[in-house]
Amino acid sequence: VNRIVIVGGSLAGLSSARALRKQGFGGELVVVATEAHRPYDRPPLSKEFLAGTMGEAELALEGAEEQLDLTWRVGVSATHLGPERTVELSDGTNERADGVVIATGARPRTLPGPAPARGVHYLRTLDDARALRAELRPGARLVIIGAGFIGAEVASTARGIGVQVTVLEAAPQPLAGALGPKIGAAVAGLHAVHGVELRCGVSVVGLAGANRVTAVELADGTSVPADAVLVGIGVQPNVEWLAGSGLHLDGGVICDEYGGTGVAGVVAVGDCSAWADPMLGRPQRVEHWTAARERSAVAVATLLSGGQDRRVGRPAYFWSDQYGHRIQFAGAHHGHDEVVVEAGALGPQEFLATYRRQGQVVAALAVGHGPAFLKHRRELAKMATSAGQEMA
Amino acid sequence: MLFVCGAAELAPGEARRLDSEPPIAVFRTDDGELFAIDDTCTHQDASLAEGWLEGCEVECPLHASKFDLRTGAVDAPPARLPVRTHEVVVDADQIYVIASTAAVGS
Repeated sequence: VNRIVIVGGSLAGLSSARALRKQGFGGELVVVATEAHRPYDRPPLSKEFLAGTMGEAELALEGAEEQLDLTWRVGVSATHLGPERTVELSDGTNERADGVVIATGARPRTLPGPAPARGVHYLRTLDDARALRAELRPGARLVIIGAGFIGAEVASTARGIGVQVTVLEAAPQPLAGALGPKIGAAVAGLHAVHGVELRCGVSVVGLAGANRVTAVELADGTSVPADAVLVGIGVQPNVEWLAGSGLHLDGGVICDEYGGTGVAGVVAVGDCSAWADPMLGRPQRVEHWTAARERSAVAVATLLSGGQDRRVGRPAYFWSDQYGHRIQFAGAHHGHDEVVVEAGALGPQEFLATYRRQGQVVAALAVGHGPAFLKHRRELAKMATSAGQEMA
Repeated sequence: MLFVCGAAELAPGEARRLDSEPPIAVFRTDDGELFAIDDTCTHQDASLAEGWLEGCEVECPLHASKFDLRTGAVDAPPARLPVRTHEVVVDADQIYVIASTAAVGS
């Protein structure tokens, strides 16, 4: 392998480049990046950056003295992956490679139907965050569609600025998929404690306003007045460019447990990929920062070894900051049959809970309680390592 | 000199956070060695005492930058600046830290 093209210039792409160099790849390394910005950190876009307490320079993911020897192709998108790993680009040029890392990420799912030109926001990029930030003035009415992590973090940040916030959630229970119904409800209870109205089981049918949004229209015929709207209803993977490439696409690039796509010399990682999940028994996209970073090393090892390297990853992990509380999750709660509160009490305050299946801890969630949470995270890692060794 | 805890109270692989200004994290590695560094990651507000300890390195729980407990050096971004290291003293089975007087972020 002499020449590798990484398609995607955000966290998964940059982490792949780092991992390739760390694992001894000395050949030519090209990074194709759609956004004009150099790689930046997205988690603060809904938190510190949105609040104005963190500047743009602090978002940079690259080190000033970092020497990765990369060739950057910025402001161009991949349009097709052709035979023999030829990446076709939007400026009409091609990049041929011995190895391709697909790390094209995801973009926000959009609300169907027409929307007023102004005041309706999504949050994924630096430019999105700048535009949303300009709307957050004390007393303004912000309606957030979707009570997931993006919605909850923006609600928390906006509230801190003195914005009036209403969160609308289509599901009867918030965060049920991410955290399970019981814990999801407890965590979402933070909204009410902090003066944010959360309405669940609410169906949005449209956005009112000629030029600028004025209200969110609901299926029951009522509407919620809005000076600005944030839509946070999930993401869809950027994989359309891979149609006809021979890769298996089904809600993401379908991969084995190690990022292999089944096509020689092509691996995929980050939000665009759906790796096999042995616990679930099917591929699953994992749209978290830590997954993009840690799995890059695994995917790159797969690429360099031709699929021979089999390293065991750590348990899944993500964090969120809401209303001054750090929320952390580790493990996989799928199929849990019991929730045990280990510290504090289940409710809209700080607590630590474990998810169990047949008595065995499979995941942990903490609101606050950082040191105790770390112990559970390490225990889960030990279990994953020993399970991995048994399988090997 | 800041009192940390009794020597027996800090098991290998564990850490203590001191509510000093700025906060200090004290670690006992799996090999039994004691180290103290600034607790707050130089990148974002995260407690390194809640980080992942492996050998003589601790990894920030949020963004996975690793700090060397012996030197305070950081291995890879997003954190860019080293943390300060502090001297650890064990006297009569009690652990103490002598806080560095170096400027933060230097």
